[in-house]
Amino acid sequence: MKKIMLGNEAVARGLYEAGVRLVSSYPGTPSTEITEFAAGYEEIYAEWAPNEKVAMEVAIGASIAGGRAFCAMKHVGLNVAADPFFIGSYIGVGGGLLIGVADDPGMFSSQNEQDSRHYAIAAKLPCLEPSDSAECLAFTKMAYDFSERFDTPVLLRLNTRISHSRSIVDTSERLEKELVDYNKDPSKRVMMPANAKGRHVVLEARFDEMRTYAESCPFNRIVENEGSKIGIITAGPSFNYAREVFGEKASYFKLGLLNPMPTEALKAFASRFETVYVIEELDDIIETHCKKIGIQCIGKELLPLCDEYSQELLRDKLLGEKTEFVSDETPIPGRPPVLCPGCPHRGMFYLFKKMGLYVSGDIGCYTLGALPPLGAMDTTLCMGASISALHGFNKIRPDYAKKSVAVIGDSTFFHSGMTGLVNTTYNKGISTVVILDNRITGMTGHQQNPTSGMTLKGEEFHDICIEDIVLAAGIAKENLRVIDPDNLIEGEQILREELAKEAPSVIIARKPCALLKSVKRLPARTVDVNKCVGCAACMKIGCPCISVVNKKAVVDQTLCVGCGLCKHMCRLGALI
Amino acid sequence: MTEKSIMIVGVGGQGSLLASKILGNAVLSQGKDVKVSEVHGMSQRGGSVVTYVRYGDDVASPIINKGEADIILSFEKLEAARWLPFLKKGGIIITNSQQINPMPVITGQATYPETVLEGIKAKDVRVIECDALALAKEAGSEKAVNVVLIGMLAHFTGFDLDIMREAVKNSVPSKFLEVNMKAFEIGAAI
Repeated sequence: MKKIMLGNEAVARGLYEAGVRLVSSYPGTPSTEITEFAAGYEEIYAEWAPNEKVAMEVAIGASIAGGRAFCAMKHVGLNVAADPFFIGSYIGVGGGLLIGVADDPGMFSSQNEQDSRHYAIAAKLPCLEPSDSAECLAFTKMAYDFSERFDTPVLLRLNTRISHSRSIVDTSERLEKELVDYNKDPSKRVMMPANAKGRHVVLEARFDEMRTYAESCPFNRIVENEGSKIGIITAGPSFNYAREVFGEKASYFKLGLLNPMPTEALKAFASRFETVYVIEELDDIIETHCKKIGIQCIGKELLPLCDEYSQELLRDKLLGEKTEFVSDETPIPGRPPVLCPGCPHRGMFYLFKKMGLYVSGDIGCYTLGALPPLGAMDTTLCMGASISALHGFNKIRPDYAKKSVAVIGDSTFFHSGMTGLVNTTYNKGISTVVILDNRITGMTGHQQNPTSGMTLKGEEFHDICIEDIVLAAGIAKENLRVIDPDNLIEGEQILREELAKEAPSVIIARKPCALLKSVKRLPARTVDVNKCVGCAACMKIGCPCISVVNKKAVVDQTLCVGCGLCKHMCRLGALI
Repeated sequence: MTEKSIMIVGVGGQGSLLASKILGNAVLSQGKDVKVSEVHGMSQRGGSVVTYVRYGDDVASPIINKGEADIILSFEKLEAARWLPFLKKGGIIITNSQQINPMPVITGQATYPETVLEGIKAKDVRVIECDALALAKEAGSEKAVNVVLIGMLAHFTGFDLDIMREAVKNSVPSKFLEVNMKAFEIGAAI
């Protein structure tokens, strides 16, 4: 049946059709929806794990047990899961195992641009890369037979423009796969030196077999246009842009299997053209392979290593053509993302700024606290780094310990912040850690986590108590405080008390995300125009609902959710 | 059919994803090829958002670059101006006249160019403007802004109005069907 599907939805459909039994993932844009859609199929057990390493280990365990399994993550998640990824390559599979990793060229929602193909090369694992939703579905399904045939996990490399584009797919029925038999075999699955030595040999032999397979595998295809003088070797989204620009003037070697790549097939293709372009986003992996096997081609000499590609870029860089467009000279103010109206994080960032604190930040919606007018963040590295990086900072500059905080969300705390907290207490640090607990994984679009009281499959679960974890990690009871983040007066008082202590402390600022359906919207706040003098003190919290018009504050009545944070800002009591 | 490139632009949270879903369903019902590209994640939080919809007999790229859009459907007038360079010469802008101030305007670092559409009208483009928020309220819900705008767009899609009506029916939740159909007709009547 023909349907329009998001790339991620098509991957989930492929999982369903391939008879996959288990999916375990940690959310990360642009990969999140795969797992959400997979959870919608009754036949698939799906869960959110606290981080990508755990998710991949769960999927490997399921594969060993003989069921087809999957896990998804964004590119930086693979850094977290690199350990099981490399060892997964050594032990192979029982039931087929596919690992979906979504890269983000152009960094729409990421902290770096990273090319996941390097991981496949380093771990000697096969890497598939689809170009549209139809291939997302087809490759996902085919990947499981491939995985079981070669006894290897497979990396499915996605990309923002594939994961988050919709196009037409043809769906079919689910294939019910019997479990693959489990037989105890420590030489294959207990990776200690004596066994691993043997497995490394097996892995290299397997990779050689896959090299041969790559010469004529169904993932690669040639699009031949008669009389064309240009040959293009490409993959993923770049294939779409190339076809848009060159159309029938070129022929295409469209790679779907990016590791290992064919040698003879590529050489034979390239030999027929006067000009050969290699078009690939981010790193020059196809190009390096082509040049190594003696193909004369043009790639990164003309095309950039940074940012996503487009038809406009290819026209400009390869053909020197510019598209005409209409322009207007009026300066257009930017529209950066902001913390939502009623966001429980806003008050804490206002306080950090007011108190002039050094803020060791983390990954989540609250990273937006770095933007003006709040501008209260000094660093953001990677998931969970806020607590550990502050510990290091304070060891070098002890005078900062009483004027610095680490700030981390609930989901990020469970992901990899907990271990940083243990490190701080164990190694006699005195950092102050603020956990912004909004009961959900917010930035990626509301995924359940251990604080949410609900699993991905919608089953109720008593939430895991952050206080208990904090105490168990060595924080003294008197140094653990729980506050309402909208109460600025209490918040400032408690921050001052905890910062002054010669001991590590944790402040949990707890209030559910304003966008949760369970959170009731209160009546919008209004301004008493007789009291308001237009001082704009209320503007300091960076709320998108408040503006000052004709020297009076105005609250947008459609946007305001009535959180009341602004009333703490007005000394004259004009905000009601 | 001739290929169409339509950009749907607005502010995160305005519901522009539904508009692309409706268009996609209309295209599918006619057996044509379609590609839609969306942006999720960080830019959704009150930031400028854009969705590309391209359809025709065979569509390669899911994105639209400068000078390539036949139509820009804008949920907010500053966003219409921001994405103007993506419009083809002689293209059409259908825009909601609503003004939503971005943070740099709220904090006084920048001013909102209130007459921005007047400048655009003087260019080689066609501008169709309406107060979609008021019309949506007339239809019964301020959330129906997106369907009012889809109604306005319907005449320029290359599909019969009935095909677009059917696509709306198939894309909105049944309990909001009446409001949305009314919103569509109000938009289509402009």
